[in-house]
Amino acid sequence: MKLDSKIPPGELSQKWTAFKAQAALINPANRSKHKIIVVGTGLAGSSSAASLAELGFQVEVFTFHDSARRAHSVAAQGGVNAAKDYKNDGDSVWRMFHDTLKGGDFRAREANVYRLAECSAALIDQAVAQGVPFAREYGGYLSNRSFGGVQVSRTFYARGQTGQQLLQGAYQALMRQVHLGKIKLHTRHEMLDLMVSDGRASGVVCRNLDTGHIQSYEADAVLLASGGYGKIYYLSTLAMNCNATAIWRAHKRGAGFAAPSWTQFHPTSLPQLGSHQSKLTLMSESLRNDGRIWVPKQKGDARPPNAIPEEERDYYLERRYPSFGNLAPRDIASRAALERIEKGFGVGPLKNAVYLDFKTALAKEGQETIAQRYGNLFRMYEKITGFNAYQEPMLIAPAAHFSMGGLWVDYQLMSTVNGLFVLGEANFSDHGANRLGANSLLQACVDGYFIAPHTVMDFLAKAKPLPSGPDRGKQGAELAQAQKSQLEKWLQNQGSTTPEEYHQALGKILYEKCGLRRERQNLLAAREEIKQLQKDFDQNILVAGADGPINFELEKAGRVADYLELGALIVEDALQREESCGAHFREEHQTSEGEAQRNDAEFQYVSVWEYTGKHNPKLHQEALVFEALKPTQRSYK
Amino acid sequence: MKLTLKIWRQASTQAQGKFETYVRDDFDAAMSVPEMLDHLNRFLIKSGEDPIAFESDCREGICGQCGFTINGHIHSSDAGTTTCQTHLRSFKDGETLWLEPFRVGAFPVKKDLMIDRSALDRIIQSGGYISVDTGPAVEANSQLISHETAESAFDSAACIGCGACAAVCPNASASLFTGAKISHLAKLPQGQVEAPKRVLSMVQAMDAEGFGACSLVGACEAVCPQGISLANIAQMNEEFRKAWWG
Repeated sequence: MKLDSKIPPGELSQKWTAFKAQAALINPANRSKHKIIVVGTGLAGSSSAASLAELGFQVEVFTFHDSARRAHSVAAQGGVNAAKDYKNDGDSVWRMFHDTLKGGDFRAREANVYRLAECSAALIDQAVAQGVPFAREYGGYLSNRSFGGVQVSRTFYARGQTGQQLLQGAYQALMRQVHLGKIKLHTRHEMLDLMVSDGRASGVVCRNLDTGHIQSYEADAVLLASGGYGKIYYLSTLAMNCNATAIWRAHKRGAGFAAPSWTQFHPTSLPQLGSHQSKLTLMSESLRNDGRIWVPKQKGDARPPNAIPEEERDYYLERRYPSFGNLAPRDIASRAALERIEKGFGVGPLKNAVYLDFKTALAKEGQETIAQRYGNLFRMYEKITGFNAYQEPMLIAPAAHFSMGGLWVDYQLMSTVNGLFVLGEANFSDHGANRLGANSLLQACVDGYFIAPHTVMDFLAKAKPLPSGPDRGKQGAELAQAQKSQLEKWLQNQGSTTPEEYHQALGKILYEKCGLRRERQNLLAAREEIKQLQKDFDQNILVAGADGPINFELEKAGRVADYLELGALIVEDALQREESCGAHFREEHQTSEGEAQRNDAEFQYVSVWEYTGKHNPKLHQEALVFEALKPTQRSYK
Repeated sequence: MKLTLKIWRQASTQAQGKFETYVRDDFDAAMSVPEMLDHLNRFLIKSGEDPIAFESDCREGICGQCGFTINGHIHSSDAGTTTCQTHLRSFKDGETLWLEPFRVGAFPVKKDLMIDRSALDRIIQSGGYISVDTGPAVEANSQLISHETAESAFDSAACIGCGACAAVCPNASASLFTGAKISHLAKLPQGQVEAPKRVLSMVQAMDAEGFGACSLVGACEAVCPQGISLANIAQMNEEFRKAWWG
């Protein structure tokens, strides 16, 4: 496996322009001769599929959902960043690049991060043209708010449903191409394998979840936009069906997996309240614009929050990080919360939460203004917990959220498998070791609308046509049969433990030993525990029902089997990186003030893992070179 | 807490369905309805029975994937709440809950509580968009849109595509769903260029899917988890009138 980042030469600010100027093109009349498969219909999948179809390519799209409108992009609440400088507060492409690279603790590729900032403004224009109803000021101009890790207001939003609204835009663009006959959309189809012919991605194997039929589909290029895998922690902010299967199966066919252990823990999720829980619900980071985070100064203070006087409250983020305060980046805010909780200052029935308090903002701005900004979030909070956050502070806690890690891609978003592109959260590209709030919607959209159309066309223009014919068909049939046999094996196993139970067990290991804090001995223990769990899974898995008709248990079995393998790699990755950076906090490597201590001399690279058989990952390194911005110790004090 | 669950079981679209009874006394009041079914399913699986097929994904009320009828209430007995956001604390200990799929001709039952709502996607395909390719968009602030217009367009655009409006309607009409998309786009200046063409084709697609006509009962507005207003249907009718008669 060779890692060639393919960063274009020249000035940082000119690299993307230079790439586009020199990229190979295909005559509009010839584009329909090329077929592209897109897996996933979230923001990255729908936007890339629609954009490529608009250019004239033949596009075939697969999603396991019943509708393209349901992907988890829909749940992103707070906003999307763009360097428009509408607020005259000193924002620019450069500053956004700086904030994002620094926010990621200098573990991302400079050229990619710059391009993300560079393309951000055009995304807002595109979304508005599609009819996305972003918030507006009374004069009719677009409104902005601030997010964690920055000191400007560059976040565009549609109440607390920005992801849903952006996804509606992309979904509608996709539906339009379906209507025009340019896109063939397969809902309720799950990708189970990647076809590779002569080292090049040549199609996918998918299972029809309604009929159980497994079949191969051929293409000249394959785009994976299958989202993140934070759900591996079981209790996470992700949707129930989020999974790593598409990227993990591609990994086993040769795609390098970068920084698998870099998972972001979101600081403002609802805490776990009991053992029955299937997920944790996110409360948007935008709430930190107006909410103040605190715990009682006195350990184990059992008084209700409103009975604790001001001078007995510890606004620990404001205390520790006076210049960023409640808007400290996510990794820092999450660790600070965990620190208080572990020291015994946690609140709530299980003492596993901190307060997010709107008292000050409500007094200053009034309930109507706060309701206009966050009304749906307050409603959601009340529905889940039964408490009214206008009257008492919210209970919040860190929860597994976003995977910065993913399949390694070069500057053109191509993985280590020729012709296999990876977009959005499924890839590792722009966020380094910690993603800034409101940059995930941005990255998914920028990858799909603005980058893939150029880089995929360039690839197809230069690539030789794939040989078609009986050999490829035979290969596809064999791969489909292999998948079928695996499913049969699980169904016939006379076990006693359900996929869900294995998933819960894996999540517990990862939360405890490879979560917000990591430590060598714990990681070594986790390694063994996951191995045991895998062994147990192979012997004891219980899958109800039969192959053929709808069978959710069978779907889960495959996803959990992949999660177990990925979990092992996550632990390996966390063990290997003897430094702390962003979301990866190794207890052995911290400053005297308890902040993450990077080790640039030894670890200024991205760890990329090659699959060489079970439990035998091989490490490759992509050295990170910083020319424009010199890595510094991150400070938000 | 103890609950008696009467759940609609149907093996496939063609199969005959019926209610089956399940009684358990180890539910927790803090469970959501899908978590209640997860809990029940675990026992069904272990005793060799086929688990209940139901859909839910985000469990935050935003993806629109979940939704069935609980004691005759579409989604939930709590107003404006999706099934996934309904918690057992809304019910009494010892209560009997009847769970059945949304009953709409255009939403065939696929299995148990799971339905096929692809008809809604086909309505959007027929014109529920602004025809803009990636690329030509102008600077976002070059066209001013008043705060009120943007908020109103958002209110329409908030639809999550769950199909509750059609499920509660005595005519099985999808007018609130279709009207919300037509209104969302017609309220915005960038969506007005295509408004006449859009309303004609979307209304035609809605009819072709077999949804009934609207007789302004208003039950849809009452059950909509996003609080989409009946005014969206009025706007659809007005847009249709303008497009038809000019």
